[in-house]
Parts: sequence; structure tokens; C-alpha cells
Amino acid sequence: MKTIEDLKRLREQVQSETRVRQANSKQIIVGMGTCGIAAGAREVMSAILDEIAKRKLEDITVRQTGCIGMCEKEVLVDIMLPGEPRITYGRVTTADIPKIIVEHVINGHLIKEMVVGKFTE
Amino acid sequence: MEHYRAHVLICAGTGCISSGAKKVEAALREQLAKKGLEKEIKIVETGCHGFCEMGPLVIIYPEGVFYVRVQETDVVDIVEEHLYKGRIVKRLLFKEHGALEGIVSYKDIDFYKKQMRIVLGNCGHLDPEQINEYIAVGGYEALGKALTTMTPEEVIDEVKKAGLRGRGGGGFPTGVKWGFTRNASGDKKYVICNADEGDPGAFMDRSVLEGDPHRVLEGMAVCGYAIGADEGYIYVRAEYPLAIKRLRIAIKQAEEIGLIGDNIFDTGFNFHVKIKEGAGAFVCGEETALMASIEGQRGVPRARPPFPAISGLWGKPTNINNVETFANVPQIITKGAEWYASIGTERSKGTKVFALTGRINHTGLAEVPMGITMREIIYDIGGGIQGGKKFKAVQIGGPSGGCLPEELLDMSVDYDSLLKVGAMMGSGGLVVMDETTCMVDISKFFLSFTQAESCGKCTPCREGTKRMLEILTRITEGQGKEGDLELLEVLAKNIKLTALCGLGQTAPNPVLSTLRYFRHEYEAHIKEKRCPAGACGGLTQYKITGACKGCSLCAKICPAGAIRGEKKELHLIEQEKCIKCGACMVKCPFKAINKG
Repeated sequence: MKTIEDLKRLREQVQSETRVRQANSKQIIVGMGTCGIAAGAREVMSAILDEIAKRKLEDITVRQTGCIGMCEKEVLVDIMLPGEPRITYGRVTTADIPKIIVEHVINGHLIKEMVVGKFTE
Repeated sequence: MEHYRAHVLICAGTGCISSGAKKVEAALREQLAKKGLEKEIKIVETGCHGFCEMGPLVIIYPEGVFYVRVQETDVVDIVEEHLYKGRIVKRLLFKEHGALEGIVSYKDIDFYKKQMRIVLGNCGHLDPEQINEYIAVGGYEALGKALTTMTPEEVIDEVKKAGLRGRGGGGFPTGVKWGFTRNASGDKKYVICNADEGDPGAFMDRSVLEGDPHRVLEGMAVCGYAIGADEGYIYVRAEYPLAIKRLRIAIKQAEEIGLIGDNIFDTGFNFHVKIKEGAGAFVCGEETALMASIEGQRGVPRARPPFPAISGLWGKPTNINNVETFANVPQIITKGAEWYASIGTERSKGTKVFALTGRINHTGLAEVPMGITMREIIYDIGGGIQGGKKFKAVQIGGPSGGCLPEELLDMSVDYDSLLKVGAMMGSGGLVVMDETTCMVDISKFFLSFTQAESCGKCTPCREGTKRMLEILTRITEGQGKEGDLELLEVLAKNIKLTALCGLGQTAPNPVLSTLRYFRHEYEAHIKEKRCPAGACGGLTQYKITGACKGCSLCAKICPAGAIRGEKKELHLIEQEKCIKCGACMVKCPFKAINKG
């Protein structure tokens, strides 16, 4: 630690370690009701976390939610980006995750064929 | 590589550890492994949240859910329901008295709503054994700012303008003291952090040291720069092993990165910190006795002047401040004196950390702005008196302090107002008392503490407190006589004037304060040989009231055969035979027996 700039740089570096404790602007929400788990939501969750780790993505909260009733379409994954409506993807598999992360979360493009619905206020 | 999607923050302050936090943590690790979640969920040990009555405490992010009274057996549910499936375990949420719904976020709990957590800001929210977490929230930027953009005189001015006053109890303006030490002649100067915290029941400093040790180190380093010292000592009582452990880790980590040590921030400023453990003497919280102890001598105070700022540790100019005082410094530097001075009252700026103890519902630690009323602290934050009993008094300032009766509950809590009513801020320990507390007994309790801790050097304290204690003991045993109260007052005033150090000078305070507001209790003990609160063993009388139905259950259980009466008629306790065991009162199904 030589200068105050070094301290600021270290601060930015380590902030990612405690990011989870703050409100982040991007959210990925995985349906984790019994139907979701039966359909493979745990594996999808792991795939999401792996992808985030691989790409060193910041400012994302990953959390779970319960069953919303569309059990037929599990595994359901919601993406919430700032200023955008919440989009629900259905019948998500682990193979779909890299595409969802790259196209929607990083580049902001919807993958129309997988969309099941969007939340409106 | 892992990406943790959730952090489970477990309070690992001494309070929660003693109610089982470590077992909860072990169970958590086991369950996470069973479910294959270790790579996704991070367990973080934090410092004290202050809501100690409700511990062990667990906060889970990203949701920010606050779980209370978590036991080993609850962990299965937390992992299965919350961490695996995302459903909050409602039964573990905190519920306000009488409420049906639990509260999810701690910010919505009454206990926290009126608090302003500046000193305790990080406690409970970061891992004190990871310097990175302190840096992530802006740690050591105050030191950087001071060293690279401010002169020592500017730092002192800032602290003066902020109006920070010593939090150890004295309330001396901190910036002024730093100024004295800076201006004292000499090349070698010292910074000392007083972490002895001798007041019985006080644990504010312990929580800060266990929960956010780097904040204290940073404050000390800023002080070192301001006064021109290159060495600092932290004098911690040996009864705080966890605080000592966390301090050692903090110092080591800060040294490894170069934030403590030589040539900090490449400015040529050196600052090294050593830890000195106390050996169990209350008097070593007094600054001159503390310095003697560091020097390896017997911990006894000496006359002042010369004050430590001029001649202190090994005769060199020394600045001694309390843990909480240093903990206030970093934010004064980063956010500015004006910000700090906007909090509190005109002559008491900033916040104060209080330890809420005694007959209060929410025992624990609370940090409030100066100027708040005692009523708000006890009722809004503390949740009122246990068991719905009646408030009697609150002792503030520990063995050096005084009590506040009900009439004074609405006064502003600040240094000067408290002095005016015969109490003092002290280090921040509050002991709340209800109708079953005897004020004579309480003053005897505090005086026996200070008497035992008296170092013996000066006659007024050594002999005087002993004689006062003898008188108080006689009074509580029913041997009080006419003239005792006047003698207590004369002794008290003389000791206050002539004792060598703060221990002796303030030891009579609890007696004087209780005499001021509860003289009638003393008089009842002396004239009627009666303890109105029913606490002093020999002076309690058990009496049967008109609610008696004559069932004779009390007479049957009395081991001394002291109760007589006819069936279905009012029974009587024969006071000469009564051994005051209280068995009758416990047995009576009609609550017809009172003591007092």
C-alpha cells in the first residue's frame, strides 16, 4: 500500500466480495418451489452461479422465489434489469444459461422464443 | 471459481457466543455441506449487533432477513427452507411485544429505529477478522486523507470543530487535549487507547473492539499524526480475550498491507501499535494508574498536574482516549466536522453508545444521538420494564455515577444536563431498576465494588469508602441509627474533595445520588427497620392481607411454624418467628401475602 490511490483500487477490488449484502441493480430470480426443484432448478441455479463466476460479473443478485403456478413451464428464471420490466423465461435448462446471461443480462436482448411472460405493474 | 449468492452473517460477539452462536455455525456448515450448498453460500462471522437479549442473531443477505434466538435445532429449517428454497422461516423473525407478524428487516424493529449507529456502524455487518471488508466500506480513507491532504494542526482543528468530547466518562474536549499534547515539548510522544472498561456491566468498548477493531486503530493513527507520536498502546483488560484476539489479527493485517507501520502512504509517517493486557484492577482504568501499569509498575494513580499531555508514559507527552472516542475520529475526518456537529446538542455533539442492562426488556447495546431523552432510550428502544413492572430508577455512569428517578425521565441525555442532576454520563452503562430494587442496597453494591478496587494509596479513599460501606451495611441489616445519614453525607463530601484520583472522587456518587432522590427509603431502613422494596433480607416483613381465604396452605408450608389462624379466617404471620424465607408468598393461591 503505497499511495491513497492504491487504497482506492484495493477498495474497488474487495467491494465485490461483499456485494451480496447490498441492493444490486440486476437480479436473477430462480423459481425454487417443489415443482421447480423437481424440474431441475438446483442445477440451473448452479449453472447461473458458475457463469457469473466465470465472467466475473458484478452488481448481480441471485435469489430464489416460490411457485407462481405455472408449474408446467418450470424451470422458470426471471431477469430484472434496471429500468426494464421483469421478464420470465420458461423451460430453462442448464444448456440455456450461457445464452441467457450473455444475450439478456449482459447485452440486454430478449430471447423471444424462451419468454413465457413479463410482469406488468 | 465461486460466486456466493448468499451471505449468512452470524453474530460472533461475546454475548451471542455465550448463548450458542458457535454451535449454530457448526450446524450450519454441516447442513450446507449435506445439501451441497457450500460453494454458493458464504458464512461470515461478524461483531455485535447490540440486540443482545435476542441472540444468537443471524442475518441472511441478499434479502436482509434478521433471525433472532437461533438455536442449533433451527439450522435445518434455515438451510432447507430459506437457503435452499427461498422461503423465510417466519417463526425465527423478531416480533414486537404482542404482535402477530414477525419483522423481516432489522431496520424496521423499534430497537433500531431511534438509534444512530456511527461508532457501531460496521458492527454486525462485516467480518472483523478480514481487513478487506473494512476497506470495502471505506476503511483507512480517513487516515489517507489526513496524512496526504491535511496538516496535523488542521486535523486537530477539525476534531475541535466537531466538538467531540471524551467518551470514557470525563467528557473533556478531545481536540483540545490533542492540541495540548501536540504543543508539549519533546520528540517522543505516545498515543494510548484506554480499553480497560472496568465499569461492571459495561460492554460498549468490548463490542467495538470485537466487531470493528480497525476503526479504533485508524482513529489512533490519525491521533498519532495529529500530535506527533509514532507509537500507540492499547490497554485492554485481560478479561476480554476475544477483543484481544481480534485486535492482534487486525494489527497484523494492517501491518501486512502497510496501513500501520513505517512510512504509511509514503508520507514518512510511522505509527506502530502494541497491546498491553490489564491484570484485573478497576483502578487501572484511571489514566495515571494505567500508564504506571504499562511501565511495569504497580497500578496506582499519581497527582496531576503534570497531566499526561505534558508528562505521561515514561515522562513523555501522551494522549489517552477511550475506545469510543477514537472510534468517532475516522468519520469526523471523512465526513467533516460540520456533519458531526450537526448531531447532538449544543455542547454535547455526536452520539453515545449505551449498554442497556438490568430490568429492561431489550438488554443490549444502543447508540443514540446526544440529547435523546432517557424515556426514549428505556421505553422506545429498550422495550420498557420486564414483566410489566414499574420503573423506579436508572443508574447511569456505573460505580462513579448517579441515578435518575422517574421525574427525570424526560431530561436530555448529555454531559452537562446529567452533571446538573447529580449523575454523570460515565462510560455509558445503564442499569434499569424496578420497584423490587432497594436503592440502599444498590448504593451498597456499587460502593462495595469501589471499596474492593481502591488501590489504597490515599487515605480518603482507602479509609473513607470503607467507613461509608460499614455504615451502609449496618443500615441494610437493620442496625442503622440516628445520625448515620448525616455522617454518610459528610464523609461523601470530604472524600470527593480530597481523594487522589477519579475512583475515590466519584465512589460516593451513587450514595449521594440515591440519598438525594430516595432519602425516604434510607429513613425507612433506619427508623422503621424496614426495606420498602422488599430486597434487604433481614428488613422485609411478610404480611397477610385481607385477600386471605383462610385455606391454611401457607401455615402448612411454613418451616418455622410462624403462621397461625382458623380455617376460613384471616391468618397471621408472627414476625418474631418468621425467618423470611418467602415460601408462604409463593404458595398462596390468592396472592394474599405481600412483602415490604
